[in-house]
Amino acid sequence: MDGKVAPVREGLFSADHLLGARCAACERHHFPRSWRCPYCGSDAVSEAALSGQGTLWAWTAVTAAPPGYRGPVPFGFGVVELPEGVRVITRLTEPDPTKLTFGMPVHLVVDELHADDDGNSVVSYAFSPSS
Amino acid sequence: MSNPSVVIAGTGIHPFGRFDGTSVTDLGVAAVTDALAAAGNPSFQAAFCGTAYAGVAAGHKVLGALGLTGTPIVDIEAGCASGGAALMLAAGAIRAGQYDCALVFGIEKMPKGIIRSSFFEPWREEAGLASTPAYFALRAQRLMRESGVTKDHLAEVVVKNRRHGVHNPDAMFRKEVTAEEVLASRVVCEPLHLWMLCSPNEGAAAVVLRAATSGTPGGVTLAAAALRSHLPGSVLNEGTPLAGIADDDDIPAPTTLAARAAYEEAGLGPDDIDVVECQDTDAARELLSYEELGLVPPGDAGKWIAEGATAVGGRLPVNPSGGLLSKGEPLGASALGQVVELSTQLRGEAGPRQVDGARVALGHTVGRGANASVVLLRR
Repeated sequence: MDGKVAPVREGLFSADHLLGARCAACERHHFPRSWRCPYCGSDAVSEAALSGQGTLWAWTAVTAAPPGYRGPVPFGFGVVELPEGVRVITRLTEPDPTKLTFGMPVHLVVDELHADDDGNSVVSYAFSPSS
Repeated sequence: MSNPSVVIAGTGIHPFGRFDGTSVTDLGVAAVTDALAAAGNPSFQAAFCGTAYAGVAAGHKVLGALGLTGTPIVDIEAGCASGGAALMLAAGAIRAGQYDCALVFGIEKMPKGIIRSSFFEPWREEAGLASTPAYFALRAQRLMRESGVTKDHLAEVVVKNRRHGVHNPDAMFRKEVTAEEVLASRVVCEPLHLWMLCSPNEGAAAVVLRAATSGTPGGVTLAAAALRSHLPGSVLNEGTPLAGIADDDDIPAPTTLAARAAYEEAGLGPDDIDVVECQDTDAARELLSYEELGLVPPGDAGKWIAEGATAVGGRLPVNPSGGLLSKGEPLGASALGQVVELSTQLRGEAGPRQVDGARVALGHTVGRGANASVVLLRR
């Protein structure tokens, strides 16, 4: 095992932020970054690191591995609202829905999905309750 | 001369269920043969086939097996609304005078287990973000939070639809269940238990449409067939985006867009509807549909199900066929399966599940795409 860490997809997140973009025409943020604004179609978009702190807006737990997923179950899954006015579909580090509440503060973490066939750790973004 | 109205000249259905050893083509042949026979075996000038998983030239294979090729055959994929999309195109062509008679059918043989869809990019699957029931669960939770719907209400939807399904020989599940049993089935994604989710399965349905220029007596008229997609912005819309905007309260759902278009096309409104077949992929989806279709005031869906208003015998019966919760969901066939049921209802031939005196009916599907279809029928 050579112990490399590989993001599930380049350009989605850094250690502290989701990598989105802001549209100069409609002034909305979107995620993931696209070359055109998904809300108004303008190409006047520029990269914007979204806040790593947000609030929990919806949540559940996935109890059976969905197609193409090789990690552990159950895992938390939900929607986090960020201060930029963006709601993001995300994994949650807390797999027990009874421990989560509407509007609770959460923050971005990078966590392992699974180890790939070469021994690399494949990681993605998730949100975790802030205590 | 005004555009001709469109009548349902005949319907046919292959039961929904699991049929190992029967090909998707065979399922389609059964439904198409029945629909054509019911219509008096007319010659049709075009065929439209809705399917999501049957593959290349699926409609051609069905009509090829019957020696009925030669006309245009158009295969249509619009997720759960594929049959509604096929109906819209056929009806529009008849109204425009392009055809006098068109065959519309839907066929499906769904893969077993959690459905893998080419819709999601591979990375999104690898990250665990491609669990369809999880998206249903998030939307159900939002409905519970914003409309006062409870888990007991969700269980009640299942109890009602399964009770209706007992009387439908074309349904997959024909046994009544209790609310206690529903809530005792395992949690798939909180708040949704296994029995609150419909089963993907197999089936076919077919409808023959004709122009009503020659005074078809006593028939069922297709008053509207509308298809709409999602507007951008709402994170939980059926387009399944990865993100949305926070100020989404004023963005109409695809179902609402389709309903408004259908009501306008038919010159009808929610108050005119006597019987409904709506998308009940999961129990919460049915309640959400009440509100999105404008059938009940926002926030009242839970009250309506608790009071039995949407059971056969109630104020506005919904899913007298048993819905997808009893029938299972063969994507391409489900919207046309609703048309078969509603035509039967409007002809007064639904037996123990008959909605007395039904004259105007609404069929609704919504799913991946997003695609939402609303069909209005009248006697």
